[in-house]
Amino acid sequence: MTEIWDGITQAFFLVVSFDPDLVSITGRSLRVTVTAVLIASLIALPFGAWLAVRRFRFRRWAIALLNALMGLPPVVVGLIVYLLLSRSGPFGVLDLLFTPTAMIIAQVVIITPLIASIAHQALRELWAEYHDLLISLNTTKWQRMQILLWDGRRALITAALAGFGRAIGEVGAIMIVGGNIDNVTRVLTTAIALETGRGDFALALGLGFVLIGLSITVNLIIHGLSRTEQEGRW
Amino acid sequence: MDILPLTLSGTTARRKSKTLVGPIDLTITKGDFVMVMGPNGSGKTSLLRLMHGLERVRGGAAKFAVDDSLAQSKQSFVFQSPTLLRRTVRENVALPLKLRKQPDTNQVDIWLERIGLTAAADQPARSLSGGEKQKLALARAMITDPQLLFLDEPSASLDGQSTREIEAILTQVHANGTTVVMATHDMGQARRLGQTAVFIVQGEILEHGPMPDFLDHPKSARAGAFIAGDIVE
Repeated sequence: MTEIWDGITQAFFLVVSFDPDLVSITGRSLRVTVTAVLIASLIALPFGAWLAVRRFRFRRWAIALLNALMGLPPVVVGLIVYLLLSRSGPFGVLDLLFTPTAMIIAQVVIITPLIASIAHQALRELWAEYHDLLISLNTTKWQRMQILLWDGRRALITAALAGFGRAIGEVGAIMIVGGNIDNVTRVLTTAIALETGRGDFALALGLGFVLIGLSITVNLIIHGLSRTEQEGRW
Repeated sequence: MDILPLTLSGTTARRKSKTLVGPIDLTITKGDFVMVMGPNGSGKTSLLRLMHGLERVRGGAAKFAVDDSLAQSKQSFVFQSPTLLRRTVRENVALPLKLRKQPDTNQVDIWLERIGLTAAADQPARSLSGGEKQKLALARAMITDPQLLFLDEPSASLDGQSTREIEAILTQVHANGTTVVMATHDMGQARRLGQTAVFIVQGEILEHGPMPDFLDHPKSARAGAFIAGDIVE
């Protein structure tokens, strides 16, 4: 109990004093995660829409596989990305291992199926509603996808936020591919893991509370900007 | 170029092993106002969907005077429950123009005024009443000036005032040259609007001919019972 209280105090102190290390680590966490969410969304949202409007032979299998990939073990993803980016790997020449870019790649791999699956679920229902109208209007498949993506944007923001939640709290994969190097690849989660290992539970907890606060703040800002609850009848 | 006549020859629509309608032999000619009537579940909606291309032809043929892609672009469909996009009233009306990349030469404003929704143009379409939603769906269907308009019981759940407004618009639309094919089970509406009657039971056309003949001298007992308001199966 004392540790939790110390953690809250520590978090408060770190935030109000604008601790330079904390600012740097938090900024890096945000940069890596937001970039990963943007890239993953660019891939996953159109893919979710495509899967909703398209009928093909192995569609059911594709959806089942996509849903299964939501549970990808981050450590395994980290290991595979590590092997691909290591000097002896096929992309070793790019020299990306132990850089924020490697962390972004690992996070994109982890969260793309999650965002795509949630997007597909939401857009499938919207497609069932719009199907006859859009067929009747003689739309192309691309137009159908565009309409679904625009009209389903609020549900898609939730999908992206789910990806953000998963990515910002991720530690296993980015520890492996990032290496937790001070001032280079250290982010909030890897810093928490490090401080816990060192036995500085108060600081680890403090960073944890900052992480939770950050996640809640980003969600509130996005919901506020997208006016999710104010125009529910749309 | 005229897309009509539309000729159905032994046309059948099926879903899995169940026959929805057919075999149907019917010709829709230019300028007609066809009323498709029949009891609930008789296949009125399926027949309209088949003619519009929403149901696949599983037997026989359905031919327009032109090729299918041109014919498809010159017809519209108004569904019984209007499907409105999660957008404003204006955006919903303008949708077909936007999809065809056609410029809006004031048609959206003209149609908004015709359906009495100018003041609600920037409101979410889904906040409208049932009658307003149906009028909006009708305006959206008419914005591209189709040659052929299908309506599936557009006033089935509307009050008298909304029904009257929709009928007034349909009368005007038909007078302007649009061919209308409409499903209804409202005999009064059929009498007010229809020129040609198609009476369908269990997926097959039982009677087809001029509306006054159908209403005043039905040939079959089931048509007579239907017109008299009896239950027909």
